[in-house]
Amino acid sequence: MTDKKMVEALIFSKPVSLTDVPTHYCPGCTHGVAHRLIAETIDEMGMRENTVGIAPVGCSVFAYNYFNMDFAEAAHGRAPAMATGFKRVNPDMNVFTYQGDGDLASIGAAEILHAAGRGEMITVIFINNAIYGMTGGQMAPTTIPGQKTTSSPLGRDVETHGFPLKMCEILSQLDGSAYIVRRSLHDAANIRKAKKAVRQAFEVQRQGLGFSMVELLSNCPTNWRMTAQESLNWIGDHMIPVFPLGDFKVHPAIVESKKG
Amino acid sequence: MAKELLKGNVAFAEAAVRAGCEAYYGYPITPQTEALEHMAKRMPELGRVFLQAESEVAAINMVYGAACAGVRVMSSSSSPGVSLMMEGLSYIAGSEVPVVLVDIMRGGPGLGNIAPSQGDYNQIVKGGGHGDYRIITLAPATIQELIDLTYEAFDIAEKYRAIVVVLADGSIGQMMEPAELPPMQEVRKREDRAAWSLTGAKGRDPRVITSIYIDPAEEEVFNLQLVEKQKKIEADEVRFRSLLLEDAEIAVVAYGTSGRIAQSSVKHARDEGIKVGLLRPISLYPFPYDEIGKVADQVKRILVVEMSGGQMLDDVRLAVNGKVPVDFYGRMGGMVPLPDEIFEQIQELNKKVNA
Repeated sequence: MTDKKMVEALIFSKPVSLTDVPTHYCPGCTHGVAHRLIAETIDEMGMRENTVGIAPVGCSVFAYNYFNMDFAEAAHGRAPAMATGFKRVNPDMNVFTYQGDGDLASIGAAEILHAAGRGEMITVIFINNAIYGMTGGQMAPTTIPGQKTTSSPLGRDVETHGFPLKMCEILSQLDGSAYIVRRSLHDAANIRKAKKAVRQAFEVQRQGLGFSMVELLSNCPTNWRMTAQESLNWIGDHMIPVFPLGDFKVHPAIVESKKG
Repeated sequence: MAKELLKGNVAFAEAAVRAGCEAYYGYPITPQTEALEHMAKRMPELGRVFLQAESEVAAINMVYGAACAGVRVMSSSSSPGVSLMMEGLSYIAGSEVPVVLVDIMRGGPGLGNIAPSQGDYNQIVKGGGHGDYRIITLAPATIQELIDLTYEAFDIAEKYRAIVVVLADGSIGQMMEPAELPPMQEVRKREDRAAWSLTGAKGRDPRVITSIYIDPAEEEVFNLQLVEKQKKIEADEVRFRSLLLEDAEIAVVAYGTSGRIAQSSVKHARDEGIKVGLLRPISLYPFPYDEIGKVADQVKRILVVEMSGGQMLDDVRLAVNGKVPVDFYGRMGGMVPLPDEIFEQIQELNKKVNA
């Protein structure tokens, strides 16, 4: 590819793992960032032609239009089961699900828990924006106390609606989980950290260490009724205190390889 | 191969193994659990996939995932478990991936009981899940038929890229009979997987398997494709058995276990000089409407027997289209009709016919 005579060098381009089409996501939404991190990682690892993604129900229901790779569309919450079924008959393929908080932590709580418990060799990218986006801003299992949504118009009252589910904290308790981390997409520094985590998660799958999940704190400017910048600030100011960033489970083999 | 004494649940599981089924995902439920247990032992020893899911909801979605890979895959369950699979079956129908499911029906509604029933005819034959789709439904009356239909179900599912349900009841699942198992087929080679299957977008455009068509006009085009496919299925896949119908004045229509019991009753009635025959539908979808219609042209009365409150009855009435009276005898709740009960029904009808 490299031609020494050329003066111009391509230093930035759209990942091959993304299709060249406009997305349906709202302006300012971080889904595009999350897609890009996954696509860049798959490109870097040379796995596009050996990858199958499982799309959820929710805002990212059409994720398969944006990823340039084989994809299947799951029923609401069932992506981990579908990924399990696929991966078990294709153990050498790279399989990931892309799920929102309603999909993963509410209707699909059983499927994600058991996929992790089995140590299923899949990677889950969990988009937590504390709201149901696609249906217009209802309370999610990760809606934070006091947060106003169309189905908690006075703010989430924990006496009535209970407390948000902290999925990294829950799944990290399971022996099948090999890599469970939470990152945020609200600024450039955090996006860079998120990218590293996505890479690590796919490496965990490639090495067959167990179940891997990266939770990405994300925004929803439309349903949060905020500007894009306000919504990014809101992640830092309001979501991170409830959903602290960090590594909740890291398989010893990963730690060892980092030391080595 | 020689006949051997086989339990229904083990027989259909082994038939699936021999059909080249590469993966089985299931959840324990009486009265079909022996199938899951057989697969738990058998699939790993052949280097194939067995996985006990956390629920029937997960099991059918695992089946869906493996089906997207283009491998032969199945599950089995019983009534309450199949209810939980309805969501997944609708998605599978909407994605047109081939899947085989065996439903060993038990008493209901609700938790019901674990005794044989045919109460889930409507659920399976009429769709069950949301949206416009049909499930090819095959109803065996013997262990041999259970084996043969399960074995063939994989071919039919792939031929039409559709769901095939082998619909039997707890007595067929639990009883033992001498039967012959089919020859072993190896699992499909990876390079032989179908052109629509997800194998990784290497040297080709990406493939997407989905059931969503957000534009109503596109969804309708897809719906019409399914309807066209149904027409082919209805033209080519009707199966039934008839017995002693040539000169019959009364026809009994019954499927599965009811059909098998009714056969004894019909033979008994023939011994008593009653002109009665039996039509036993094997494919419940597609339903033998035309064949039952022809029977209705000939006989004076039709008796439908089911282990339900009368579900297939509606389809028989559609087929008969008012030509002759259609009577019904059903047992429910896990109760199985005795041959003499059906014989008495035939006797009563015979009196009316000859009154």
